[in-house]
Amino acid sequence: MLIDFIILMKQELIITVIIFILLLLKIGTDISNEKILNLANGLLLLNLAAGFVGNQQGMLFNEMFLTNPLIVLEKNILSLGTLIVSLQSADWLKKHDHVPEFYILLLCTLLGMFFMISAGNLLMFYIGLELSSIPLAAMANFDLGKRRSSEAAMKFIMSSAFASGLLLFGISLVYGATGTLTFSEMAGHITGGSLQVFAFVLLLSGFAFKISVVPFHLWTADVYEGAPVAVTSWLSVISKGSVLFAFVSVLYTVFKPMAATWYNMLFVLSVLTILIGNLFAIRQNNIKRFLAFSSIAQIGFILVGITGSSQLATASVVYFVLIYVFSNLAAFGVVALVSAVTGREQVSDYKGFYKTNPVLSWVLTIALFSLAGVPPTAGFFGKFFLLMSGAGKGNYVLITIAALNMIISFYYYLRIVKAIFMDANEQPIERLIIPAYAKLAMVICIVGIIVTGLAGYVYDYIHSLSFGF
Amino acid sequence: MSSIPLTHILFVSTALFFIGMYGLFTRRNLITMLMSIELILNSVNINFVAFNKYLYPDKLNGVFFSLFIITVAAAEAAVAIAIIINLYRNHRSIDVEETQEMKY
Repeated sequence: MLIDFIILMKQELIITVIIFILLLLKIGTDISNEKILNLANGLLLLNLAAGFVGNQQGMLFNEMFLTNPLIVLEKNILSLGTLIVSLQSADWLKKHDHVPEFYILLLCTLLGMFFMISAGNLLMFYIGLELSSIPLAAMANFDLGKRRSSEAAMKFIMSSAFASGLLLFGISLVYGATGTLTFSEMAGHITGGSLQVFAFVLLLSGFAFKISVVPFHLWTADVYEGAPVAVTSWLSVISKGSVLFAFVSVLYTVFKPMAATWYNMLFVLSVLTILIGNLFAIRQNNIKRFLAFSSIAQIGFILVGITGSSQLATASVVYFVLIYVFSNLAAFGVVALVSAVTGREQVSDYKGFYKTNPVLSWVLTIALFSLAGVPPTAGFFGKFFLLMSGAGKGNYVLITIAALNMIISFYYYLRIVKAIFMDANEQPIERLIIPAYAKLAMVICIVGIIVTGLAGYVYDYIHSLSFGF
Repeated sequence: MSSIPLTHILFVSTALFFIGMYGLFTRRNLITMLMSIELILNSVNINFVAFNKYLYPDKLNGVFFSLFIITVAAAEAAVAIAIIINLYRNHRSIDVEETQEMKY
């Protein structure tokens, strides 16, 4: 029993141990920020490496906690993203007074995400969700003296508290209608009655808040703009990715009998999300807000994939999140570096960027191409599989709208590329020195963008682990 | 003496939920908004306990869930109030109308 517990909960236990190490470090002697950063990055690397060995599948605590190869893979993707975010934020944290606290909060949210993904019970799921969103609000406020940072944190905690209120009301109605909280037992009791549909709508809106699907997206841009860049990249990639994984598993296991009902809801939501995300992204001048709206549009594409509800759908969502981790973090890495050194965040500041910083320009360009979905990069394959999975249901209206929106998205992504390479600027951003950690993160991202697309093995592996119906 | 039917209790909890939602949308003071969120969470607690007592009295799932909700709500309120205090230090106000530096 104890051995089972240690093996199955290995990844969570490692994160907990790292949190305790950092806590003790904080209480103990004065250590320089650099040493803490080196230690934290080393521990995160160890965590990532440990995720690949000695995995088993099974369940613990009366089906409260499940694990299988797909869940382990999803956790590894999140660990990888955490490592990249941590490498990128090293330069910003070096000057900060509260480095261990940042890592403790970061790892607490990661722990919450792990529990959320592994949950086999709505109680466990709820605890994981809260553990992953409450410390995140504190992280958004990490630039304590900045007005925008505190405003962003306020907006985030209010909307996430409201979202969990909606989610909980939905959970309570589901409990009333089925009499159980365990996913596997619940699936047998779901019949699609009107109370269950109402409960599902509330649950869906709770989820939609967390992944910023369109009618519930209003907090996204403000929080992204105000929060420190490291937190923004964490929010846009890791936090959303984890909720998406949990969403897919809840949707495909618990609400499987209601597939016809939620298909239509997701259809409407995904069309709205892609369209509004794209249209608002066109008019943004701040690059962080721009990336916020582009991430909303990407979530719309992921919803198209989720509507497919086949094995391909799960595979394409996990695959796309993996690619999204690489491409969005590459873009945020460059933005973080520029904003940390010069404090400039407008799109117009990037005019003539190629003249002074050719390497960074290429990194940003490849990342934007991957986000837009230009063929040699992985983003193309990701979107291709998402649309293919959506097309499996035979709803060609949805696929046509999504494909047309890909063209709109080219406009605004290429607008930035044009500013970088073609536009003249009298005061371009000066030549930046790339710190070693950030350089390492960029190399990982760029290799990831190119390799995950071209190496078919990655997709085949994810597909072989996936499930659907 | 007959006991109170379940529908009455559900009516109370649903009303409480929507009162909380209304308060969240109309009030402009952050502390009051936080109180509205507590109303929403308490309506969920009533739901859980009522469903557990009336429909599924053999297991205590619902009661345990409401215990966890109370605990997590306390943690959430603690973080939210810390954020509001910091907001007050930076903006000299806890009115949401006055904290709007960022708009599209």
